[in-house]
This record gives sequence, C-alpha cells and structure tokens, in this order.
Amino acid sequence: MKRDAVFIYSNELLSYRFSDNHPFNQMRIKLTLDLLSEIKAISKSDIIAPRVATDEELLLNHEPSYVEAVKSAGRFQLTNEVAESFGLGTEDTPIFQNMHHASALSVGGTLSAVDEVMSGRYSHALHLGGGLHHGFRGKASGFCIYNDCSVALKYLQEKYNARVLYIDTDAHHGDGVQWSFYDDENICTVSIHETGRYLFPGTGHVNEWGTGKGYGYSFNIPLDAFTEDESWLECYTTAVKEIAEYFKPDVILTQNGADAHYYDPLTHLSATMSIYREIPKLAHELAHKHCNGKWIAVGGGGYDIWRVVPRAWSLLWLEMTNNTNIERTIPQAWLEKWQPKARVPLISTWDDPENMYEPIPRKNEITEKNKQTLERALHMIRRNG
Amino acid sequence: MIVEEIMKTEITTLTPSDSLETAILLMGQKKIRHIPIINDKKELIGLITERDIKNAAPSLLHRKTEMTSDAPIKDYMKTNIITGHPLDFVEEVAGIFYEHKIGCMPILREQKLVGIITSTDLLHTLVELTGANQPGSQIEVKVPNRTGILYEVAGILRKNNVNIHSVLVYPDKTDSASKIIVLRIRTMNPIKVIENLKENGHHVLWPNLPGV
Repeated sequence: MKRDAVFIYSNELLSYRFSDNHPFNQMRIKLTLDLLSEIKAISKSDIIAPRVATDEELLLNHEPSYVEAVKSAGRFQLTNEVAESFGLGTEDTPIFQNMHHASALSVGGTLSAVDEVMSGRYSHALHLGGGLHHGFRGKASGFCIYNDCSVALKYLQEKYNARVLYIDTDAHHGDGVQWSFYDDENICTVSIHETGRYLFPGTGHVNEWGTGKGYGYSFNIPLDAFTEDESWLECYTTAVKEIAEYFKPDVILTQNGADAHYYDPLTHLSATMSIYREIPKLAHELAHKHCNGKWIAVGGGGYDIWRVVPRAWSLLWLEMTNNTNIERTIPQAWLEKWQPKARVPLISTWDDPENMYEPIPRKNEITEKNKQTLERALHMIRRNG
Repeated sequence: MIVEEIMKTEITTLTPSDSLETAILLMGQKKIRHIPIINDKKELIGLITERDIKNAAPSLLHRKTEMTSDAPIKDYMKTNIITGHPLDFVEEVAGIFYEHKIGCMPILREQKLVGIITSTDLLHTLVELTGANQPGSQIEVKVPNRTGILYEVAGILRKNNVNIHSVLVYPDKTDSASKIIVLRIRTMNPIKVIENLKENGHHVLWPNLPGV
C-alpha cells in the first residue's frame, strides 16, 4: 500500500562540511529531525538512508573532468590553479577531505527520494541534504559542489521519462538548475528569489525565458529587497498555480531553501515563518491535482540554523504527512537541549512573534513593483491562455 | 571600449535604385529601423530610416502626394549622414547620438561601409557592463574622494581572497566630497568582506544587514 511520505536521512549527511565558521551548516538537518522527533511527528520507520550517487549518475549532469577534479581535491591532490578553474578551494566552496563522497551522498539522497516516489512506494519524499542548486556542469559555486537537483531531473527524464516542474523558493536564484535545462521543454524551471541586482548569483531576470525548444519553460520572479509575506505569497501562489496549469507536469520537484526569512544573514527579504507554512501547502495541493501526488522536496539554503531552518523544514514534513495541526509552542525539551549551543535566543513558538522587525517604509512601492514583475513573468502564458 | 568591439558587421543594405516598398518590407522583416544605401563599391551613398518613411507618407492634414511605393529610395534617403570609424570610442559615439538626436551610425573604413551601430547596441552594452554574467554579489561603498581609496578597498578584497567581476566608480550626487564604488564580487557570502570594510572605517551602503 502506498504510504504518504518518506524522510531521507543518515548522520553521514553531516559530513558535507566546509569549516566551523562557514554559513552552510548541515547541523540544521539534525536540529530539524530532533524537533520532529520531539513532537512525535516522525519515527524510525519513516526514515530511509540516502545512497551514494555513482559516477555514471553524476555524469548525467556533470563533466568528467570536473568529477575527477573533485575527487582529487578531496585527497588534497589538486593544485590551487586547477582548483580555482573548477570553482574549488574558494572562501565560498573550500576543499575538505573526502568531499567527493560527501557530495555524491547528497546527490544520492535526492535520487533515493526520486526512486521512492516514482516506484509508487510513497507519494512524497523529503531529502533535506539536497537542494544544492548553484552547482554547474563543470564548476562548483555558492557552496554547491554537485547539483543534486540537476542530476535528479536528468535521472527523472532518462529513467522515468517524466516531465517535471521544478519550483525553487530559495532566496537565491536557482541558476545551476535553470542553465542545465535552459533548452529543454520537458523540464520547466520556476524560481522566485531576491533580485539579482543585489543578491548572489545576480541572474534570474524576468526575461530569462529559455532558449530553443526550451523557450517558454523557464520562469523567474525576482523580488525587491525587503519584500514581506503578503507580497511574497501573492507572487508565489499566483505564479506557481498558473504555471502548473500551463505545464501539466508528471511530477513536481521543489527546492525549499529557507533563507527568504527576515533573520537570514545572507539575504535581504523580510518574510516570516508564515510563508513556510504556505509554500509546502500549495506544492502539496498541486502535486495531488496534477501529478497523482508525486512530489519530491529537497532542502537548499538557510543560514540562520537556530531560529529559522528547523521550524521551516519541520513545517514542510508536517505538511507532507498531513500533520499540520500542532501546538502553538515549541517543546521545552528541544529548546533546553539546543539553547546552550545557539548563540542567539531561540524562538519558542511555531509562528514568529509579532513586530519582529521595524516597519518597512517603502512597503507599498515594493508591493507594486513585485506585482509588475509577476505580470511580466506570466504574460507569455496568459497571452496564449 | 571601441566601436569595432560592439558594432554589427552583418548589415542589411539597399541600393539607390531599390524601391521604397522594398525598404519598408525589409524593415518589417528584419525588425530594423535604419538601412544604409550603398553603391557597388560598398561606399555609403545614403541612409533611409523609419522616420524618413513616416515623414514621406501621406498625411491626413495634407493633400494627396505624388509618392508611390515603387518610387526609388534615392528620392527619400538622407545624404548628409554622420558616420564613424571602427577605432572611435564608444563613449564618444554615445555623446554624438545624444547631441544630434540620432539613433544609428554607419561605420566606415577607407570610405567603405564595414559596420553599423545603433542606440539599441549601446544600451545592450551598458546592460552587459553593469550586469551579472558570472555568479556574484553586489556591494556598494561610499568613500571620500581621494587618491588611494580604491587601492584600500581592493586590498581588503584581496585579503579575503575574493575575485572581483566588475567595478564602477561614480560621483555621489548628495555629497561632492564623496564617490560611490559599486563592486560585483565572486562570493555568495560577503559578510566577512563587509565586516572588514567597516573595521577599516569604510561606509558600506549595501548590503545593510539587520543589526550589523
């Protein structure tokens, strides 16, 4: 009998680790799992370990010379010049021991998620160790070594002949994934992010529509800095509903970076925990409407690992398992366990407190501008509709 | 940057005896608004623009003209044309466009037509220069207008081992003693760089992080 959702995890995922001070910290997955366990929303039987992606699988998206370089780097056998040409050994993406294995595990986790759903064993699968959407074919970028999303999308195409809708709600543009499928009409990429005018990686403009056969299958909604919940949700909900209707996918893959929150140190949006309730809710609804429920979700960015990520990612699992009717407060046991390690006061409720930030003076202008961006982003499908 | 680097070298042209109708069709087909008119030696004889065609067409306010669509272009083309050279600086060309209110400049070498540049090409170049074709983040710093400042800022980036994609320096409209430096740097995490800039007394305009 088909079960609702599976959680892909093993402690080994924590081995994808750059350094003590690097903002990308997979400890956040452990914090999330801990929180879910504490509210009894997950048990051992819900969890499957990720597998390690084979070289053949990695080569679905990545260049052989790059994979070889990553392997050498992980054995500290790569010179600085060569490393730099592959985007390795930078402040963003430092070299660490066995980095190939750790990255291949991250990719393998997403592939495991794909197999669990496409085999019919589960309707939905969640792999928080994935979502590394900046990785390029031949180069590391933005903390991402291998791009598990791109590999998984190629895998879905080749093994399952699937048309996939990729929805990326990370605050950063999902550039690696977009470029990998820019000329492909069977993978529709949608990214809603803070405008690249300010934020890394700088791309993700409304007019990046795709090329060749893929023209009209790439969507971008760049939002102004300081965008708040209402405007963010208006853009997300409208766009994703209309695009899903237009594309009619076989399966949905969502990248769930949790860095659009006000507290995230690397970005400049002003969203609250509310959006992290709504994002998976709509994805869930659309998966059942268009894809017989087939939905794979992966992690992504999220750099306030104490105050934001555990709640946001827990809400994702709770939605997947139809278990959203939870208490207002976070369990005391979890707060007591982790407060000593956190350098900031943890938030004790599932929703954010009122008045978390100073009112934004240009709120109306920002909302208006975003609405315009949304219209530009959808004009092609509305014109033909 | 010189014109040679951004001009179009595949040019749609016509001869003086071609008809107005041909010009109109060609403009619609190729989505262009300017067509240089050349002789068999590829020398520039004239230029016909969308504006010229509109001006020549019958107007509701006047009586019927004798213009017919099979009229030769040479009766309607401009002959007093501003042209440029492949080694001209792009900034100068832009200045000429602004001063003479033109939208297109044929580029000649040894009297022969070798390229064409339009205001659209200039805009596109601006977008490319200030844009992001390599993954990076943007930083804006307000600095006093004195020598050595850019060296200091760049030095901090060097210390942090961060690659610079592009730099723009422009005057601060609100303060004549200051300049604004806009950098695109190859990193997703600019926090350390911003902290270092601030520690060294620099005024970082963007990003302005909450609480930092």
